[in-house]
Amino acid sequence: MDRQTPAFFHRGPAPIARVTFFAVLSTLLMVLDARFQYAEPLRQVLALAAYPIQQVAAAPVIAYGRLADFFASRSALQRENEALRAEQLRSAPALLALDALKAENEVLRETLAARTKLPQSSIFAEIVYAGRDPFSRKVIVDKGSQQGVQLGQPVIDARGVLGQITRVHPLLAEVTLVVDKDHPVPVQVVRNGLRGVVYGSGDGATLELRHMATNAEVEVGDVLVTSGIDGVYPRGLPVARVTSVERDAAAAFADIRCQPAAEVGSNRQVLVLTAGEAAPPPPAAEAPTRKAAKPKRARNVR
Amino acid sequence: MSDEGRVRLGREHILLPVKVGFIATSLAAALLFNMMPWRDLRGVPDLLALVIVFWCVHQPRKMGTGLAWALGLVMDAANGTLIGQHAFAYALLAFGAQTLHRRILWFPLWQQALHVLVLLLASQALTLLVRLLAGGTFPGWWFFAGSLIAAALWPAATHVLLAPQRRPEIVDENRPI
Repeated sequence: MDRQTPAFFHRGPAPIARVTFFAVLSTLLMVLDARFQYAEPLRQVLALAAYPIQQVAAAPVIAYGRLADFFASRSALQRENEALRAEQLRSAPALLALDALKAENEVLRETLAARTKLPQSSIFAEIVYAGRDPFSRKVIVDKGSQQGVQLGQPVIDARGVLGQITRVHPLLAEVTLVVDKDHPVPVQVVRNGLRGVVYGSGDGATLELRHMATNAEVEVGDVLVTSGIDGVYPRGLPVARVTSVERDAAAAFADIRCQPAAEVGSNRQVLVLTAGEAAPPPPAAEAPTRKAAKPKRARNVR
Repeated sequence: MSDEGRVRLGREHILLPVKVGFIATSLAAALLFNMMPWRDLRGVPDLLALVIVFWCVHQPRKMGTGLAWALGLVMDAANGTLIGQHAFAYALLAFGAQTLHRRILWFPLWQQALHVLVLLLASQALTLLVRLLAGGTFPGWWFFAGSLIAAALWPAATHVLLAPQRRPEIVDENRPI
């Protein structure tokens, strides 16, 4: 008669073996996700599974927001109305001049045989909540692929560039903010046309103009606007204002800090720009391989 | 029923067998809480981690590393974090809790909470390490505040999650259940 351990004592592999197995598996997944972006299909499937739970969890918060809007006090609304009127009056001269300038610009561009800008169209969206990852700066907006939001579209608010769409769900989309450490924006100094790339500095509130030579002509107070070189952001949108420039002769680059123009962190209404300038065709040799390697991510977010 | 009918035995109180459905419900509720949107994440406790630790301590044969890992994957996908980051942290958390489960239950509740705090902090430190290696920036010390609050919730969690097992179906004055 063979004697085996009764089934009710059977506990499977040892805990240390199990945890080692799962630790190795997670490490593998993390490396695949961080370095090669191969984990995206898995993420899509899991995100689809988590989507209904997320909707249920977000429902009370969204409902509270709507309720708060509904019961906003009369005086608060009046105050806001007055502020908006004042703002409108302030921007009126510029707006009035804009039509004339546009027409003039049109003529000048035709004279120069320059490529005319495509008309911009946009989707109005509201920020529903902040992303739950403390290591990155992301927000979730209430418009998704069903409303025509696509990967890589720039997002702006009334003051300037807010960020870029980096993940699209059917009814929601994730915006990576300009203050995110891994989010570069190609910019130009308005005063002298100097080009550079601005990144989030990692503290969640300021930006950093990296790789500028120590003697680069950038001063405190300079306004940085998008240069339009990447084909993602249309040209001329305000991004940031330089707040400090530190030139250390020993360092190769100047340490340039900027304050974002957009109200990162406090605004609720944003615009998703849907039709940007036609991007120049990518270099023929490199384009297919790069697209195959990371098909789901936006172009200039790592 | 009359209060004398309940035999008070403190920690020795004999519990009813747990219902698997209740474990699943509590995990689902914690997952729901974790997916709730917040304007500011500072000090928001990771209730899912707390519930995982709780069931690993109280029911180590029903809740284990594998389930914790799978829940972590769902968290990763939903939060847009690195795939495997929460999964890794939760798997190690479950392992730690299972390893310590015989020891933890000997202590009074607030000392149990200290054990849980150490487990939660260790798993958060692991997450931090992984993200720093992946090129993230240190978000600030408030990152660990969630664990402090979660550990402070341990006594409350124990009362809530053990409540269904404490209730006798048929009250008998001579039986210590």
